[in-house]
Amino acid sequence: MILDVARTAATTLRRDRGALLLSFVLPVAFFTIFAVIFGGRGDTTPRIPVIVVDQDRSAASEGLVEGLRGESLEVRTRPGRGRPPPGADYTAEAAEAAVRAGEVPVAIVIPRGFGDRLARPGAAGTGAALQLLRDPGDPVGPQVVAGLLQKVAMTSLPDFMIERGSALLEEQVGGFTPEQRGRLEEGIRALRERRSQGSAGRGEGGAMLLSVATRDVVGTGKRHPMISFYAAAIGVMFLLFTASATGGSLLDEVESGTLDRVLGSRVTLGALLGGKLLFCTALAFLQLSVMFLWAWAVFGLDLLPHLGGFAVMGLSTSFAVGAFGMLIASVCRTRAQLGALSTLVILVMSSIGGSMFPRFLMPELMQKAGLLTLNAWAIDGFTKVFWRDAPVVALWPQVLVLLGAGAALLAVARRLAGRWERS
Amino acid sequence: MPATTRAGNEPARPVEVLGLGKRFGELTALDGVSLTLERGECLGLLGPNGAGKTTLIRCIVGRVVPDAGGVTILGEPAGSPAARMALGWIPQDLALYPRLSCRENLEAFGRYHGLRGAGLRTAVDRCLEWAALAERARDRVGGLSGGMKRRLNMAAGIIHSPRVILMDEPTVGVDPQSRNRIFEMIEALSAQGISVLYTTHYMEEAERLCDRIAIVDHGRVIALGTRDQLVHGAFGARSEVRVHLEDGDGPAAEWARGRGGRPEGGAVRFEVERAADIGELLEAAARAGHEVVDVSLHRPNLESVFLHLTGRELRE
Repeated sequence: MILDVARTAATTLRRDRGALLLSFVLPVAFFTIFAVIFGGRGDTTPRIPVIVVDQDRSAASEGLVEGLRGESLEVRTRPGRGRPPPGADYTAEAAEAAVRAGEVPVAIVIPRGFGDRLARPGAAGTGAALQLLRDPGDPVGPQVVAGLLQKVAMTSLPDFMIERGSALLEEQVGGFTPEQRGRLEEGIRALRERRSQGSAGRGEGGAMLLSVATRDVVGTGKRHPMISFYAAAIGVMFLLFTASATGGSLLDEVESGTLDRVLGSRVTLGALLGGKLLFCTALAFLQLSVMFLWAWAVFGLDLLPHLGGFAVMGLSTSFAVGAFGMLIASVCRTRAQLGALSTLVILVMSSIGGSMFPRFLMPELMQKAGLLTLNAWAIDGFTKVFWRDAPVVALWPQVLVLLGAGAALLAVARRLAGRWERS
Repeated sequence: MPATTRAGNEPARPVEVLGLGKRFGELTALDGVSLTLERGECLGLLGPNGAGKTTLIRCIVGRVVPDAGGVTILGEPAGSPAARMALGWIPQDLALYPRLSCRENLEAFGRYHGLRGAGLRTAVDRCLEWAALAERARDRVGGLSGGMKRRLNMAAGIIHSPRVILMDEPTVGVDPQSRNRIFEMIEALSAQGISVLYTTHYMEEAERLCDRIAIVDHGRVIALGTRDQLVHGAFGARSEVRVHLEDGDGPAAEWARGRGGRPEGGAVRFEVERAADIGELLEAAARAGHEVVDVSLHRPNLESVFLHLTGRELRE
């Protein structure tokens, strides 16, 4: 008897493609995404982009920049990512603006006199020799860069570091003998030669650290830096689920015959889809509003100064997810199909689009793949508004992509829904 | 001003179907169907399930594009805006919004037909009254009985006061009491001079409601006329005698066939011209040694006509 019941259940599952999809394809797809993100970092780890402003132009500063280039960093000294990059070098102000705009998570400013202070610390003091301008919205990149900076100082500038150390020692305990000084200078010369040959003492180094002043250039004064990110990230994911459920009402109407009756009236298929899209967009915007209001009331999100940006991003996102709902409903033939397919698509989109974990944690290829999702553009836009305090006009790339994607999805949905028009 | 035919000033017929053909893959759903619905008439489409009735209705509504032939509604091509406004369609499915109330459903379909304001309110009240649902106006569809849902389904089809109404088996799954109520609703429409095309596979419904009946089978109209015309055309003045014989499934069946009878489920059906023929039949049975258990005389009806024309029961 027990086997008979199990057999009936197995037959039912075999005939239910949606359940099969959810049972076997979704877990494998999810495992693959997580494995690629967290398991296969290795060579695919993204090179962290960092702007370096060398105001010193000394041998020491140039050595530091070269050392940084040898690390897993994408060192930018001039605007533009082409090779060779056009235009003049970054200024400190331009670098700060770039961090604020989210172009890079961190910038290093090597101030004038860096080399001198490195050589003669006693003369100028060890004050804030280097400035690290960081975006605390990315908790990983600036930390990595700060660590690599110290490593490079030790491995790429051992001559300067020894020179600096010996000067400090001489100051504290009295001068070296001519013989000692000669050997010291010979050693430093040898290190310089090795550095110029590109084999500067890797793995060597001392205990002396560069003095680095770290400054947050974005999100200063914000109580909970990641609140806006998660409000947008989670919000968009649930918007997609809502949109697919709303789109599913079309399938209910097909199955009940109501759609036939509606299309037998004055209502055309275009008007029907338009009406559904309008409702879906309005519902999605309402959902987002509730979520951000909650974030404002409970978590102190600074919503009120950003109402304009919120409205623009909220409406663009709502339109795009509404169109997504129309498309996924028109692709499917039954509610069961819709349930399975939408779960699969939405969870995959949300995972690679940054709704589950920030995209800067992902390998570069996956970060690029994330740009194919609505989640990524919506989250980027909301981050601009609430984190970077960007003006509404600065949202044009995200708005353009979301509206364009929405229009394209709607056009495909209209074409697929044509099968309901007449048979 | 009523629409006229292309030929002249003669008013266009509510529905004209000419040489309609439709295939779905290997299945021929309609095979050259032609018929007309006259003004104020209730025309029945009688046929078994799968005969092509629903496909024909959907072609008239404009929801199915025929492969051959054409349909006009009051002179307008099927599916055109004018045709859609002139038509009221009551589909076989309960095409309603289950989470809306009766009133909200009617308001929604009224708006879809362009009704607004006082006109919409009047139409909704009229339809609720017609469907005897005025007291349940605020109830959600999900909480209604099967019969009430059917009546609301019908009301939604006439919310815009159409001049032609297509009803596709509106009494499916309805209890006898509710069915009677639905018949009264349809008769009220006919009394207003509205043209009705009514599909059913229930002979009794066709006989009660329809002025003319088209018998449909395998996508073709195999007979068309009033009930009496159809019966007379198939049987003339003949009546049907059902004779139950003791060994009706055995040798008696062979004997019956030899005398033109149709053995069926232990009984044999014979057609007789006169009452006196019954006596002769019984004597012949006795002479052949077959014991008669029961005899009954039946006047032919549409069921008999269908059986006569197709060799099959209407509800097979």
